[in-house]
Amino acid sequence: MLLGQDGVTNGAIYALLALALVLVFAVTRVIFIPQGEFVAYGALTLAMIEAGRLPGTLWLLLGAGVLVVALDGLDALRRGGMARLLQVVAANILYPLALLLLMRTTSTDTWPLAAKVLLTLAVVVPLGPMIYRIAYQPVAEASVLILLIVSVAVHVAMVGLGLLFFGAEGSRTSSFSDASFTVGPMMVSGQSLWVIGTSLGLIIALALFFNRTIYGKALRATAINRAGARLMGISPALAGRLTFMLAALIGALSGVLVAPIATIYYDTGFLIGLKGFVAAIIGGLASYPIAALGAILVGVLEAFSSFWASAYKEVIVFTLIIPVLVWRSLTSHHVEEDE
Amino acid sequence: MSNPRSSAVPAPVTGKVPLVRALPWLLLVLLVFVPVTLSPFYVTLLNYIGLYAMVALGLVLLTGVGGLTSFGQGAFVGLGAYTTAVLTTSEHLPAWLAWAGGSPWLALIIGLLLTAVVAVVLGSLTLKLSGHYLPLGTIAWGISLYFLFGTMEVLGGHTGLSGIPPISLFGWVLNEGEEIFYLIWAFLLVAILTTRNLLDSREGRAIRALKGGRVMAESMGVDTSRSRMIIFVIAALHAAASGWLYAHMQRFVNPTPFGLHIGIEFLFMAVVGGAGHVWGAVIGAAVITILKQWLQDILPVLFGASGNFEVIVFGVMMVLILQRAPNGIWPILARWWPDTASKRKVDAGAAPLPRRQMPAAGEVLLQAIDVTRKFGGLVANNTMNLSVAAGEILALIGPNGAGKSTMFNQVSGVDTPTSGEVLFRGQDVAGKTAREVARMGMSRTFQHVRLLPEMSVLENVAIGAHMRGSKSVLPAAWRLDRAEEARLLAEAARQIERVGLAEHMFDAAGSLALGQQRILEIARALCSDPCLLLLDEPAAGLRYREKQILAELLRKLRGEGMAILLVEHDMDFVMGLVDRVVVMEFGEKIAEGLPEEVQKNPAVLEAYLGGVA
Repeated sequence: MLLGQDGVTNGAIYALLALALVLVFAVTRVIFIPQGEFVAYGALTLAMIEAGRLPGTLWLLLGAGVLVVALDGLDALRRGGMARLLQVVAANILYPLALLLLMRTTSTDTWPLAAKVLLTLAVVVPLGPMIYRIAYQPVAEASVLILLIVSVAVHVAMVGLGLLFFGAEGSRTSSFSDASFTVGPMMVSGQSLWVIGTSLGLIIALALFFNRTIYGKALRATAINRAGARLMGISPALAGRLTFMLAALIGALSGVLVAPIATIYYDTGFLIGLKGFVAAIIGGLASYPIAALGAILVGVLEAFSSFWASAYKEVIVFTLIIPVLVWRSLTSHHVEEDE
Repeated sequence: MSNPRSSAVPAPVTGKVPLVRALPWLLLVLLVFVPVTLSPFYVTLLNYIGLYAMVALGLVLLTGVGGLTSFGQGAFVGLGAYTTAVLTTSEHLPAWLAWAGGSPWLALIIGLLLTAVVAVVLGSLTLKLSGHYLPLGTIAWGISLYFLFGTMEVLGGHTGLSGIPPISLFGWVLNEGEEIFYLIWAFLLVAILTTRNLLDSREGRAIRALKGGRVMAESMGVDTSRSRMIIFVIAALHAAASGWLYAHMQRFVNPTPFGLHIGIEFLFMAVVGGAGHVWGAVIGAAVITILKQWLQDILPVLFGASGNFEVIVFGVMMVLILQRAPNGIWPILARWWPDTASKRKVDAGAAPLPRRQMPAAGEVLLQAIDVTRKFGGLVANNTMNLSVAAGEILALIGPNGAGKSTMFNQVSGVDTPTSGEVLFRGQDVAGKTAREVARMGMSRTFQHVRLLPEMSVLENVAIGAHMRGSKSVLPAAWRLDRAEEARLLAEAARQIERVGLAEHMFDAAGSLALGQQRILEIARALCSDPCLLLLDEPAAGLRYREKQILAELLRKLRGEGMAILLVEHDMDFVMGLVDRVVVMEFGEKIAEGLPEEVQKNPAVLEAYLGGVA
């Protein structure tokens, strides 16, 4: 029972990540390996804020912002004049500077937890679109394979930067809730409820976003037919940045949720992200509900195998992908034409 | 074909200075003197470069040439290293394995066999999948195997296995780095040589054709699943051999150097060096290894903390290279390297290949009987009948959306009719693969030209002769296939002359005009010795003069007894050329007969000109 609860809690996190991965792949054809790094960045940024230290991710935000301005500044000036340029500078350089000023002048470690979480998201989430602009947008039309190699390169660089910012020691943050409830024969911890509740809430919010808002519909259109969406005036660059913002939001939020349950190291994100991947692949990188179910399966399998054969936990989880791939290969029997 | 990375042929060298020719030999001589002149530090560095280059070479074949990406090569290196570590150090091997204990050379053979088995199993699980599933699969088993190395007791867990004996070669014990240096580089040079030989052969053309789209390769008789498996296994074997050398150089193994991050680094090496070129592997391994060494010294000082910070630079560098120079470093250096591939001569005196028994003129070769193809509720072909005889050109025409391409797919074996049958020389085509259909004597061209733009015209056409040769990987790697290769190339050259492209024989196929590319496709189809040619809109996009040349060629082929079925839009092109016409509209045949008759048929006029009448 306890294992099942653990499994479902972890599974909820994997489900969120799997959704993000499916979304990013559908809209941009990018297999987003660095998804896990956003989890680690979210968790560790929160930990540093709690410790009253300036998170290194803020410097990354500033650096990436300067790069984006360098890439986009001239174009903005040519197309929209001074006003447009100022807009770009404000969003990419002044915003991180403002955050920096805020964190230097106020002692954020005394803030309530919710405010700290918001601050963490404010630092980490804008990194998503910036990374899309810098690394992916110049090669947006390349093959899935090239985009995948770029993803791996971004992942490797982000892990290295994570080590630089947060050091090699792991961190844990304080729980959202210390409450625990007894439901029938089992104990449910407050944090588990937070995780599962937030995941469900986010999934519902995403569903509403995709069905009810114009931007959500634009993303869905891009996912279905890139060229068609472009002809309808949906900019692929905008769609890409928006998608990456959502992915970064989901990643950072997952990190914040998981940080009180597990000790997070600078490179933990990768394994968490990969488990989201296993789930996403179960859904064929296309189906959201199957991916979410797959995530719960991965979480439960992981919980039980860590109990029965803890040394082989990772082996079992990652070997799960092989039968899934076999099943995929049996269902698609014709010779496929690569891009 | 959209992939910017090029094929394995070095760029042509301008101005053949004698120095350029001597360069490889000069470097080889320098290599021999490395251990006696350089300090042990540099020898060790070169040892690592050699080991990594071997793995990267496998990736050049797999990724650069074949278009398959693997992040899991580190696991194969580990497989080779751990096999030899266990076999040469364990005191109590199980009885059935006891014979293999103690000897590094036996362990090498067993390691390679084991790796081949593992690669075939992993390959048969993942290679069938399209593009991105394979790399994701490699990440998964790369991690699985890594954790397995770290957790299995027999393998010493995370502390690893020590006390691995040195390799001895004819009594010479390779104890020191300076000694094993020669073995590592000998292995690497042999691997490079055999890979180059392989790429320049019948099997190599099939491998290089993988990137040009599998449909084309399959209809030229190439078993693309087999070709993919071949390069996957070869890449794994290169990695395992590198692992074996590594284990006996370090005399100690633990799981760390076989993790996923190393697998990623191997791929970086191949891409940085130039994933389409065998020498790119060496350049990439050298650049990454030296850079890593240097960065590991400088970055921790710079950042005031210790850790693998070099990965930040590698990651950024990779992104930049993929954005700015996706072909890597080697093509830039290749200008100083002698070009051996394009000097190839065609031996016109080579014995001609055996030909199939050609049918007598007038014999009916292809018969479609009541072919119906439904896609859900849509009937794309409805009880279509047609036949083509030897020495005849039949045109299948009709307005857009009439179902011509669907019909073409039914006839060529790409698709299977819902009902009805297609007979080719009395045999049913339905259910046969494109490869089997090609073997029966039907050969085709494509509506959108499918060529390998970086390969020469000669090599492109020679792909068509794939089925007519039999020499496979090993003979090709060791140049035992030259007699057959000469015959294949001579045949390709004959077909190129037959269609009138002789002056472009050694040009890159991508440099030809569209009309010439279409004719090249016909030469490629002819190279498989067919008795029926299927041409899918051969005149589309051609200029007037090009159309005339094409029509002349088709007439000539008909005169030689070839049966030709062409699907066309262009009425003018069809009318002066073909013997009979079948007109389709809305999936049905509305007219059939001589061109002049069909032109006057009211149903045809209605279909083409709309409801004027």
